[in-house]
Amino acid sequence: MADNAVLSRRSLLKGSAAAVGAFTLGFSIPFTEAQAQGATPEVNAWVVIHPDDRIVVRIARSEMGQGTLTGLAQLVAEELEADWSKVSWEYPTPGENLRRNRVWRNFATGGSRGIRDSHQYVREGGAAARIMLVQAAAKEWGVPEGECRAAKSVITHTPTGRTVTYGKVAAAAAKLDVPKEVKLKPASEWTIAGKSVKRLDTVDKLNGKQVYGADIRLPGMLNAAIKACPVFGGTLASFDAAKVTGMPGVKKVVQVDRRTVAVIADHWWQAKTALDALPITWDNGPHASVSSETIAATLREGLDAEQAFEGNKAGDAKGAIASAAKRVEATYSYPFQNHACMEPMNATALWTPEKCEVWCPTQNGESALAAAIEASGHPAAKCDVYKVHLGGGFGRRGRSDYVTQAVLIAKQMPGAPVKLLWSREEDMLQGTYHPITMARLVGGLDKDGNLTGLHMRISGQSILSGVNPQGLQNGRDPFVFQGLNPGGQEGPFGYGIPNLLIDHAMRNPHVPPGFWRGVNLNQNAIYVECFMDELAHAAGVDPLEFRRRMMKNTPRHLAVLEAVAKGIGWGSPSAPGTAKGLAQIMGFGSYVAAAAEVSVSNAGEIKVHRIVAATNPGHVVNPDQVAAQVEGSFVYGLSAAFHQECTVKNGRIVEENFDTYPAMRINEMPKVESILVPSGDFWGGVGEPTIAVAAPAVLNAIFAATGKRVRSLPLKNADLRRA
Amino acid sequence: MASLNVNGRVVEIDAHPDTPLLWALREQAGLTGTKYGCGIAQCGACTVHIDGEPVRACSVTLGSLNANQKVVTIEGLSPDVSHPIQKAWLQLDVPQCGYCQSGMIMAAAALLAKKPKPTDADIDEAMTNICRCGTYNRVRAGIKLAAGI
Repeated sequence: MADNAVLSRRSLLKGSAAAVGAFTLGFSIPFTEAQAQGATPEVNAWVVIHPDDRIVVRIARSEMGQGTLTGLAQLVAEELEADWSKVSWEYPTPGENLRRNRVWRNFATGGSRGIRDSHQYVREGGAAARIMLVQAAAKEWGVPEGECRAAKSVITHTPTGRTVTYGKVAAAAAKLDVPKEVKLKPASEWTIAGKSVKRLDTVDKLNGKQVYGADIRLPGMLNAAIKACPVFGGTLASFDAAKVTGMPGVKKVVQVDRRTVAVIADHWWQAKTALDALPITWDNGPHASVSSETIAATLREGLDAEQAFEGNKAGDAKGAIASAAKRVEATYSYPFQNHACMEPMNATALWTPEKCEVWCPTQNGESALAAAIEASGHPAAKCDVYKVHLGGGFGRRGRSDYVTQAVLIAKQMPGAPVKLLWSREEDMLQGTYHPITMARLVGGLDKDGNLTGLHMRISGQSILSGVNPQGLQNGRDPFVFQGLNPGGQEGPFGYGIPNLLIDHAMRNPHVPPGFWRGVNLNQNAIYVECFMDELAHAAGVDPLEFRRRMMKNTPRHLAVLEAVAKGIGWGSPSAPGTAKGLAQIMGFGSYVAAAAEVSVSNAGEIKVHRIVAATNPGHVVNPDQVAAQVEGSFVYGLSAAFHQECTVKNGRIVEENFDTYPAMRINEMPKVESILVPSGDFWGGVGEPTIAVAAPAVLNAIFAATGKRVRSLPLKNADLRRA
Repeated sequence: MASLNVNGRVVEIDAHPDTPLLWALREQAGLTGTKYGCGIAQCGACTVHIDGEPVRACSVTLGSLNANQKVVTIEGLSPDVSHPIQKAWLQLDVPQCGYCQSGMIMAAAALLAKKPKPTDADIDEAMTNICRCGTYNRVRAGIKLAAGI
């Protein structure tokens, strides 16, 4: 219920953003007024310059490890002509954004959109500030603006050689009119953007000083531990607070909402100890008998269902398959998975009759603010959210359920800040899961081994149905077709097949779905790229050559595939006992491919020896950070492929911690050889797309090594022992 | 009340003897650099040194320790980010979100103290911490850089 309210508010916010228009320099408050608000010497909303020349760039998106804050600061600094060594950063609050007519626009950080969605307006912010600084200097000197140039935070009057630093003219610049139009530098002239500068946020992560949400400490702060009904759809029937109220440190046992109870104590360990001792009775609700098996049966039914939403269609796929020389069919399945951020969900809230303040790690500051407003009962003007760095996000922290809970708890302790921290177990049981799907693929080959028809039926869960049903398009969830679309940023299908049908039978189990790093591209890349490999083998054609034949009109997809093929040495003999596999896909605005070399022992143990990845994200803002994202994406993707599965029993998730839900560790992880092939003519994302090609490249290599085709993930369930 | 030797000084901790060292450090000693990730000694985010040995602080109780045992946390590894592991981490931009890195750095520092020139197999054996951002390639490179190999 609360979530729907949050979403409707978020939709409202989105609507107002659209109304602002495509090109506005967002400086709605007169600078004098902004200056009067505090001592912050801001030139404009994006750029603060102190008298001693220190520059603070305002970052609206959230940093969760992906490097977006450094990249965005590079883009602003580039146009500002800043001295990079003087640049630091700060987060504006979502409340300030509302009060200033959304001057920083969108705070949402997901879908690998941090840079690709905001590069234009943040660069314009930097350029506008530079123009104003130059104008201020020219005015002071009484010289034409055109005779002055800016570089490395210094303005020079070229004819006289006279100079002044940004810090000296910032206050005067802030009083000038905002330029109506600004011209941006071409990427070929970049000196800060496009370079592998060091991250701005590393040092405090090396000495324990970085404050994450879990580390927040406020005067008089209390701590809360929480349990919601582990069966989705169930409620809290009763609890016996008297049994734990005398335990050390315990202040209060509170019902949070219909399905949730929390213990508030001086310290979190005390709260958790008391919560574990608290007698709780759950009403497990209507889904208490659902299991992984019943869910699988529902999805299997969808594979043959008459009704399905179309995602991509050309010619007559079913007819072409019926008349094909050879028919190939395979069914794949992919499990629920939890994001398992290293830092469990948490938020700290202070509620008084006058105001509500929240400190939290969030991927969406404005959604967190909307949640705080809704739960607090206060008007927007009396609420704010202070963002802190995230100990991982991966999509989970785009939801604000934990913010709502923190405020509802704090409301029962007026005047005392309360930090709510989920246990790992709570985090595993109350996830919003990578959606469960199956796919049946049927292909028709002609006598020369060409694919003449393909039908791909996806059956399973829709994220939008669970997260934002208003976003469905006549019931259809466009996210389901990521990487399989006829065109667009979210994945044009890479293969030209004369007769094609990709459709989706929506089957929504009661387990809540969510955006999980890589979203639907992950499952789709496995289904398509492994089946392409199956078709190639059925046709007796080399898997790279088989794909090439269908990629004449998708040269960018092909280019990254060729790059990894070359990198892994495709076509040349593999080291004894090893074999190679390939995969490619397009999504999040970028083209990606991977090649893997693996071996499988007689006992069935898989070892990945090499991984080669190629990425074309168009523009690259920081090559070293793109490489870091690609390296990390393989760990995330291969952790999922090898180990991770959330199973369902009696309506709830079975796996509660890393002992039963393992993640890859260093001993399993080979070096990732990352090849960047930026074409420089578009802006794609890099935080997610490569995850999708990790698993299919390895799965195809496993087939090449063993002749065994694994079609059901994770790999831990597959028996690869040699007979 | 328990006495602990943390980062070279004795601190008095007012907590139940069953309290895990992790929570005594975070909540009583105010040292939040040591992180909670799983509570069952799986992830290593809470790794500290006890008498030089890497230990998962979530699984050691306060009552099992005495003031003669030297506990070192990430805050006490060096006064100024000057430990070779910290310097290598900075040079290679190892951390992404950084939440696991306190534990990762403490595990790596303990490894180097014991084996100044670790092999890949030594690294595999000693570095069992989980990183969900996937910094493993750079963790390995960072250890080698710090070791000068």
